[in-house]
Amino acid sequence: MNRHLISAADLSFDDAIAILDTAEELARLAERPIPKLPTLRGRTVVNLFYEDSTRTRISFEAAAKRLSADVINFSAKGSSVAKGESLKDTALTLQAMGADAVVIRHGSSGAPHRLARWVRGSVVNAGDGTHEHPTQALLDAFTMRRRLGRLDGLRVTIVGDILHSRVARSNVWLLRTLGAQVTLVAPPTLLPVAVDGWPCTVSYDFSSVLPDSDVVMMLRVQHERMSDAYFPSVREYSRRYGLDGDRMALLPDHAIVMHPGPMNRGVEIAADVADSARSTIVEQVTNGVSVRMAVLYLLLSGSRGPDEPALASEGDLVPAGERARSAAAAEAGR
Amino acid sequence: MSVASGPGTSRSDLRREQGRWLIRGARPLGGSPADILIEGGRIVAVTESGRDGGDGQAVRDGRDGRDGRDGGDGRDLDPGGQLTVLEAGHLIVLPGLVDLHTHLREPGREDAETVASGTAAAALGGYTAVHAMANTDPVADTAGVVEQVWRLGRQAGHCDVRPVGAVTAGLRGSQLAELGAMADSAARVRVFSDDGQCVSDATLMRRALEYVKAFDGVVAQHAQEPRLTAGAQLNEGVMSARLGLAGWPAVAEEAIIARDCLLAAHVGSAMHVCHVSTAGSVEIIRWAKSKGWRVTAEVTPHHLLLTDELAAGYDPVFKVNPPLRTAADVAALRAGLADGTIDCVATDHAPHPAESKETEWAQASFGMTGLETALRVVHEAMVSTGLLGWSGVADRMSVRPAAIGRIGALAGGPDATRHGCPIAPGSPANLVLYDPEPITPVDPAAQASRSHNTPFAGMKLPGQVIATFLRGTPTVLDGRLTG
Amino acid sequence: MAGISGTAGPAPAHTGPGTGSAGTGPASSGDSAAHAGKSVLGPEEIRRALSRIGHEILERTDGARDVVLLGIPTRGVPLARRLAARLDQTEGVRVPVGSLDITLYRDDLRLRPARTLGHTEVPGSGIDGMVVVLVDDVLYSGRTVRAALDALGDLGRPRAVQLAVLVDRGHRELPIRPDYVGKNLPTSKREAVRVLLTETDGEDSVTLQVSPEARR
Repeated sequence: MNRHLISAADLSFDDAIAILDTAEELARLAERPIPKLPTLRGRTVVNLFYEDSTRTRISFEAAAKRLSADVINFSAKGSSVAKGESLKDTALTLQAMGADAVVIRHGSSGAPHRLARWVRGSVVNAGDGTHEHPTQALLDAFTMRRRLGRLDGLRVTIVGDILHSRVARSNVWLLRTLGAQVTLVAPPTLLPVAVDGWPCTVSYDFSSVLPDSDVVMMLRVQHERMSDAYFPSVREYSRRYGLDGDRMALLPDHAIVMHPGPMNRGVEIAADVADSARSTIVEQVTNGVSVRMAVLYLLLSGSRGPDEPALASEGDLVPAGERARSAAAAEAGR
Repeated sequence: MSVASGPGTSRSDLRREQGRWLIRGARPLGGSPADILIEGGRIVAVTESGRDGGDGQAVRDGRDGRDGRDGGDGRDLDPGGQLTVLEAGHLIVLPGLVDLHTHLREPGREDAETVASGTAAAALGGYTAVHAMANTDPVADTAGVVEQVWRLGRQAGHCDVRPVGAVTAGLRGSQLAELGAMADSAARVRVFSDDGQCVSDATLMRRALEYVKAFDGVVAQHAQEPRLTAGAQLNEGVMSARLGLAGWPAVAEEAIIARDCLLAAHVGSAMHVCHVSTAGSVEIIRWAKSKGWRVTAEVTPHHLLLTDELAAGYDPVFKVNPPLRTAADVAALRAGLADGTIDCVATDHAPHPAESKETEWAQASFGMTGLETALRVVHEAMVSTGLLGWSGVADRMSVRPAAIGRIGALAGGPDATRHGCPIAPGSPANLVLYDPEPITPVDPAAQASRSHNTPFAGMKLPGQVIATFLRGTPTVLDGRLTG
Repeated sequence: MAGISGTAGPAPAHTGPGTGSAGTGPASSGDSAAHAGKSVLGPEEIRRALSRIGHEILERTDGARDVVLLGIPTRGVPLARRLAARLDQTEGVRVPVGSLDITLYRDDLRLRPARTLGHTEVPGSGIDGMVVVLVDDVLYSGRTVRAALDALGDLGRPRAVQLAVLVDRGHRELPIRPDYVGKNLPTSKREAVRVLLTETDGEDSVTLQVSPEARR
């Protein structure tokens, strides 16, 4: 998975920190008079969104454009996909168009894995089914680190429909890699049967874990789950697992409240909580662009060789003659 | 192995004539080398082989004392008909394999497989009889469709095709199909199954179990509680949780099996469990048998070897129903097959065209091919591990499935149609010659099946089918089809 | 991920236009194989060179009025800080100092796996209308400075841009010239200039070595 970012579970500690540190530098970009960099000029990034998601798509688009990459948006509606074109054929078309990276959001878990077999560029998973959403977990970790100054030993509580949540999965793996402690809170029906084997603790009692939480992350709960008898009513869910003002008061002073969006105000999170000073919901969106810039930069700016170690940028650059020689050596040596 | 034959005979000539064959030096059920003489579609003599063609103990068959051994030039011309000698030194001889569970896809899905291509694959896998499941299009729920499938099998001539009749009309699970008409048809259906679907309505299952008693039929249940498995993609467990794929819990299989064992006992009928896949299912079947109930069961080769961890890359070649499960389940299934709790191996050969498998996991079809690799996989999973000997393989892959399909040695009807018979004089000459020694990777492109969705692609497996005989006529020689 | 195998630490000794030390990757700072190399500047000479550059800056910028020092990571940054400290101590002039990472503006990004970014910090005074003095340890082809000029252009509009380097080793490939030079050092392309500074490497020295062929 060196060329791709498909799963947070595949990121090592060093990989993850590199992304966060790079995002930190890129975040300052927004403060400049000209918030644009020439770094990915000439690269093409395709947004392949099978699921409607304006917010995530725009975030990736902004990230690519700030690095001067060309962006092509391909949404499922009204395209050949809607006419039944297979993922494979779509992939081959993108390949023929010369996509350097494909950002894919798809309703089926594993779609990015399939795509990676058919395109030569980099595949970035923007959310596949109920499997993972790695850039979301990265921007969440980035937000936590910025607000609270650290990740190691941080106590993070994630609440909601864990069973169907790709955000939850990515966060569990990434936070564990970064040294945080994760607690999942949900009704038993919304936890996977095998959750006991996950690197986290589980609680059915939301209020009891709040005093020991540095971060509370609320996940969206879909109304459709109610018709499948995952919980009896929205009211009961909200009462037992919603974050309202009373519960928020149980948190330590420094604790923050997060939500990947979009929110169901009044269901999993009360309006006054969403708008409070503890809430990072708006800055998560800003941070999303920085983190996605970092991901695109790290995947696309360099040469393509999975086993080459990174080298720090240092001093003067390679004169042209040297460049040609080392490029030839790079070609020959791989 | 060499075939010495007279001048001017081509392979197809050899195939069409029901000639005389002498299989020399093969090892029946892996035992001592023997010479097997075949004539008129039957085994007429089985003689212990001596070394270098020297004297051995001859078992007379009551004829004129000729035992078929030649004087040294490799041929023995008998005025009664040309004798072909097949040098089969060190090859294992098994009774022709019988598959209780195959999908030939014709009528309706000929892009995936036809009766001709599927039975060709079967012959290459050492099979002399296959039971073709009813989930075709149209469904095999009338005498007309089952007779059509039966005839297509005869025309192709690679192996016997025994159509399976649907339990419910259209596989819709609400009304019994015309089971009697199918039983009385030329296809003489005895096994009934809605495979692909579960007969989940308890009352309907009860009625079916009762009804088939009239003609010694057996209901083969695809055990899958539909509500517990709505949208299911993969075994519910560690892998499904990690991969974000909807789970298919073991209890959805076990609960139906338990119910149906009790039903079969209650009404005094026979019930067969298709593709058992969980450790719990094995335990329930063991318990039911201990009560003396008429329950039989089958397991697929892939469930004896593969686990759900293979789904990690989301390659739908590993997507199957029931799903691949855990290592603990594989171990329990192997033990169950070894001790006879599971009666037989059945391939559930399920061919699919490339576009059904080259897609997202959730969109892909369920199923794996299996006819051509079955014996090799069983060799790897059961013989190489010391769990089963070759006589056990013969029992689980030929004798018992034939008995369950009512085409075995003790079945009624003309004995020429029997399978799973002992390798002894008088039996129909349905045999497979198997070389246990080579270890080669599985190459989907080289298979006879029209479809290439084998989970064993690239995997090194032992063994190779060298020859298959159907009532004394070779359908496969030298590892290749004869017709 | 391609090339993100954690080189977050201090960069290796500067051996030449390429980055990294003698073909063994980032870990081998300061311990390149057999050749200790010829010493070009010792600590005392470096101190004097910086001192002289400081005076020259004062002279040519009318007392360092409106000057901002921006060091180019990695070793340009401690050099810029030393210059600022000198100006403050000896002349009582407070010059804002910061850093300008040029990784994102390099013209050779695609030759190697993705590089770790250095830190950019523009002092509160900004750069609009100021005289920016870029500070780096070695000037070679000139491409780093070209990238720095592009970066500056996106940060604001300086009144003027000047360049201070500790060592100028020649072999320019672009029309770039330094305003302040610690030492002019003619070199051949087969040689490598190694700069070590206390802040990053524990000692102050500039040495010249024959570069091994695996120079990157």
